[in-house]
Amino acid sequence: MKISRSEVEHVARLARLALNDEELDALTGDMDAILAYVDQLNRLKTDGIVPTAHAVPMANAFRQDEVRPSFTPEQAQTNAPAPDPGGFRVPRVIE
Amino acid sequence: MSSHYEVVIGLEVHVQLTTKTKIFCGCSTAFGQTPNSQTCPVCLALPGALPVLNYQAVEYAIRTGLATNCTIAPQSVFARKNYFYPDLPKGYQISQYELPTCRLGWLDIDGEWGTKRIGITRIHMEEDAGKLVHGEAPGSSQSSFVDLNRAGTPLLEVVSEPDLRSADEAVAYLKKLHQIVVYLGVCDGNMEEGSFRCDANVSLRPVGQEAFGTRAEIKNVNSFRFVKQAIEYEIERQADVLDSGGKVVQETRLYDPQTGVTRSMRGKEEAHDYRYFPDPDLVPLEIDAAWIEAESALLPELPDARRRRYQEELGLSAYDTEVLTAERPMAEYFEACVVLLPGQAKAIANWVMGELARKLNDGGLAIAQSPVTPRLLTDLLKLIEGGTISGKIAKTVFDAMWASGHEPARIVEEQGLVQVSDTGAIEAIVDEVLAGSAAQVEQYRGGNEKVFGFFVGQVMKASKGKANPALVNELLKQKLG
Repeated sequence: MKISRSEVEHVARLARLALNDEELDALTGDMDAILAYVDQLNRLKTDGIVPTAHAVPMANAFRQDEVRPSFTPEQAQTNAPAPDPGGFRVPRVIE
Repeated sequence: MSSHYEVVIGLEVHVQLTTKTKIFCGCSTAFGQTPNSQTCPVCLALPGALPVLNYQAVEYAIRTGLATNCTIAPQSVFARKNYFYPDLPKGYQISQYELPTCRLGWLDIDGEWGTKRIGITRIHMEEDAGKLVHGEAPGSSQSSFVDLNRAGTPLLEVVSEPDLRSADEAVAYLKKLHQIVVYLGVCDGNMEEGSFRCDANVSLRPVGQEAFGTRAEIKNVNSFRFVKQAIEYEIERQADVLDSGGKVVQETRLYDPQTGVTRSMRGKEEAHDYRYFPDPDLVPLEIDAAWIEAESALLPELPDARRRRYQEELGLSAYDTEVLTAERPMAEYFEACVVLLPGQAKAIANWVMGELARKLNDGGLAIAQSPVTPRLLTDLLKLIEGGTISGKIAKTVFDAMWASGHEPARIVEEQGLVQVSDTGAIEAIVDEVLAGSAAQVEQYRGGNEKVFGFFVGQVMKASKGKANPALVNELLKQKLG
């Protein structure tokens, strides 16, 4: 087994997914199969190969430090379910 | 603290950069604006929006690394730190993980422990999150409000080695780092607005033990005083736990300045599993030797180097150099004066730290706003040096310069403040004073030498402060002799 049911449960919790037993079983099987397939890569010798940071072979894409127009607060909240002058309104977060 | 424990402290400092715009988009970073008025598709995390790195932020990161003796990485990579919180619109924070821009630096801190070198593990670049306001709008106590103006503001996170052994050392390190980033101009240093804030990792271990104890992390402390109080409280708390046979729990705690207590922040405890991975939206950052060289050439002279120079080349005391170099504008003002009037560093230092500092303080002014410029101040000192006015009158002239911004020579002339060095004129005053103070003359001749000061005072008063004090002393001694 490449991944256990409890690891799938843990990952689901991190992703805020509520899965029932049936879904957990199915996903554990699927993810195990995917990991087993990808695991074939471990047969390659990768000693001395630098990990790839990006698939595109380029570096240093910059912008200059110049202010560009922003949204208005109303525009920013166009798609918000509860727009408010004080900001995006969300259920109270307890710290 | 019970003396059988040694405290081990490491600090993580968030330094907000003074760029005009955010780290990955062109929205302004100005503080205190209308909520969500500085947002765009990138910092709101709208689908399809792509981040582009702010060049200025990279320059500031390199300069900070160089000023803290770090190695600048030839390649650094931005990574996604994944977690859910309402102030984080993308569901991840762009940060750096395995390949930060700066590594392995150090700072020297001075104190009762002598000079101690504190290691810096790394400095990485990242974006800030937004701001949450809890239920302040009327009738909405069950809501929180998200303001994303701050989301995407560029930060450097400076991570120290666990080399600090007391709250005082921690504060000395923080002050040193604060002074450096403000000198560099990469941070405004405003702790109240959160431009410079600190997380402290604190643990205890029995004296002599090599292995570290379990640590607690105190989050987001935003003043030097609170850092000291929070760490001292935490040391006591952990010592109590250990003394009573308990175990310190690894957790995040918040310091409450109102009560002086740290308390556990349980809500955020669940799984510190950030699943970092390289952000595919950003290409790697590559910094070659030529770039480092160019940034290095732009570094100002830093406080430590300045302090050494003031002591060795200008002959100032350790205390004077400390005061003069504390803030870069004051050091630059002082140096501008030294250039205009070489060889008078000590006199300049006294005026800058004395009259000038007092006036600035009274008026709540920054030194750059001083009506008395380095040229006016040194012109004043030249008048003293040349014997035109006495040091005492110079203070009067200084006050007049402060009020009017006029040349000192003009003030001296207009107010008739030229020092009287005419022996005859002073002698007349001395005679007059002695004639009118027969009782004191008697006392002096009877052996009470303290009365001498009284005569000097009377003569100066009679001359309206203009008599040359050296001549007054000489003549008085002659006459009383």
